[in-house]
Amino acid sequence: MTRREGVQLLALLASFVVAGYAGIRLLAGNVIGTGVWFVGSAVVHDLVLFPLYAGIDAALVLLLRWRPEWATVAGVRWLNYLRVPVVISGLLLLVWSPLILRVSNGAYYAASGLSAQPFAPRWLAVTAVLFAISAVILVVRAMQGVKP
Amino acid sequence: MSVLDRWVNRAAEHPPPGPFRAGFWRSPLRGPWFTAMLSVALLPGITLMFLTGLASYAAYNPNLAPGNDTTPDKGLLGSWLPGWPTGPSWLYWVNQGVHVTLGLVLIPVVLAKLWSVLPKLFEWPPARSVTQLVERTSLLLLVGGAVFELVTGVMNIQYYYAWPFGFYQAHYYGAWVFIAAFVVHVSFRLRTMVSALRGRSLRVELRTPASQTTAEEPDPDHLVSSDPAPATISRRGALGMVAAGSLTLFALSVGQTIGGATRSTALLAPRGQNIGPGPTDFQVNKTAAEAGIGPADASWRLDLKGAASTSLSRAQLLALPQHTARLPIACVEGWSTGVQTWTGVRLADLAAMVGATPDTSLFVESLQRGGGFGSATLSAGQVQSSDALLALRVNGADLSIDHGFPARVIVPALPGVHNTKWVTRMTFQPGQG
Repeated sequence: MTRREGVQLLALLASFVVAGYAGIRLLAGNVIGTGVWFVGSAVVHDLVLFPLYAGIDAALVLLLRWRPEWATVAGVRWLNYLRVPVVISGLLLLVWSPLILRVSNGAYYAASGLSAQPFAPRWLAVTAVLFAISAVILVVRAMQGVKP
Repeated sequence: MSVLDRWVNRAAEHPPPGPFRAGFWRSPLRGPWFTAMLSVALLPGITLMFLTGLASYAAYNPNLAPGNDTTPDKGLLGSWLPGWPTGPSWLYWVNQGVHVTLGLVLIPVVLAKLWSVLPKLFEWPPARSVTQLVERTSLLLLVGGAVFELVTGVMNIQYYYAWPFGFYQAHYYGAWVFIAAFVVHVSFRLRTMVSALRGRSLRVELRTPASQTTAEEPDPDHLVSSDPAPATISRRGALGMVAAGSLTLFALSVGQTIGGATRSTALLAPRGQNIGPGPTDFQVNKTAAEAGIGPADASWRLDLKGAASTSLSRAQLLALPQHTARLPIACVEGWSTGVQTWTGVRLADLAAMVGATPDTSLFVESLQRGGGFGSATLSAGQVQSSDALLALRVNGADLSIDHGFPARVIVPALPGVHNTKWVTRMTFQPGQG
């Protein structure tokens, strides 16, 4: 073991002491329930969310590689004009899904006196605007491209 | 060569199929420079998240009275925190606005960062040395902690309590578990980050389109694909997409913090809805119906206890010298009511009325039935603040039942839930300030 490795190992052990001190308190209320949420949220990201979005994207990229004639409109590659609005819209859905899907309707109303009803139409409207902006930019680029 | 080394080498030659094999990861964008660019945003961002989170915890004055402490077994993780000041009055407003809005803004950056280093999760063999095994365990706490903090925070601001634990405990201790791993991670990787940033020119990257994007130079950490596919997006484009995601989240939520005319721009944030034009039509944290408060009761009296005791009707309170203060209520969830004009009796005047000295703290109890925060203890400094009121009116009208009629506490820079509504009893406690 080199000196550098030794120092690193010491630093890691010190951090485990702090993490352990906090971890005991974190788990105190419900060891299994909290542990499942702590490990589970990372596992769901790594083994569900990532394969899902990366898989859909890879399938699309492969399709366009298989049929290159589909990959362009008026000489412009449209893939990223689809990716960006899909990614941002999906991000908004991921973050605000409890309100958009109204799964926390009751608690939201009890706290605020407000209805969660507007969130789904608002998300759809924002999504429509994102796609519209992307489409406009794509059309402008395509028109610039056909200029002599 | 030891038995262990031989075993490690043999394992390295026979990785399981799929993501454990180098050829599986083909994006030409993954590499130390790309990862380092995301770290440039995360390093100050996460540091600020931790500090504002700690400040928010301190703002509840957990060390003043057991009832104020949402995590009473914290021990060394906060028993040293100082008391919370009463000024500037926007202190908690800004602190929580930054904490929650920044947390939202960092979500796409964290997701991108996880994407950029995901091949490392499937590294084979899992560890080549004891130090590496220990470091990878630490990364489990780092990634698990980051995702756990974001998930609990995001769910909490949407009232989605689907978990089997208390939010305060989980989010506070979770942050300590995370920060322990974060500090070590930064100290190990800072040099790598700096040299990766120096390795490529940002100016050149910002001018490189997808058609000319190629993989970075092979790196010792094997982030760079050994068999990169042709680029379908540039590094500029991918970083731009992350920034656009952050910017959208920011633009569609910051209005709930600033309030006023900007509130309606917070289209997807929980508190982006306007309530109405009336003097009491501003955001409510807990409705009277939820708190089990019935219609206004004419027999209501405020019990005041100090060296002496008394009880006052609302008419008697209104006959005392009235003071007006322009203060916001800011919630731990990041939203704010914006500044409202509160009128009522100074807490310091009520203290003097029952012979309480200026060094006494104040225990305030609500009529609310069930739920959290039915009482709170205010420090002597908060009681003596000239803008700390038992408010009876707001914006020129009587308090509405949802805003705490007949009387509520309002103190500058105090977390929203400690501004107790529907007050029934106030007990001044000498020597605890």
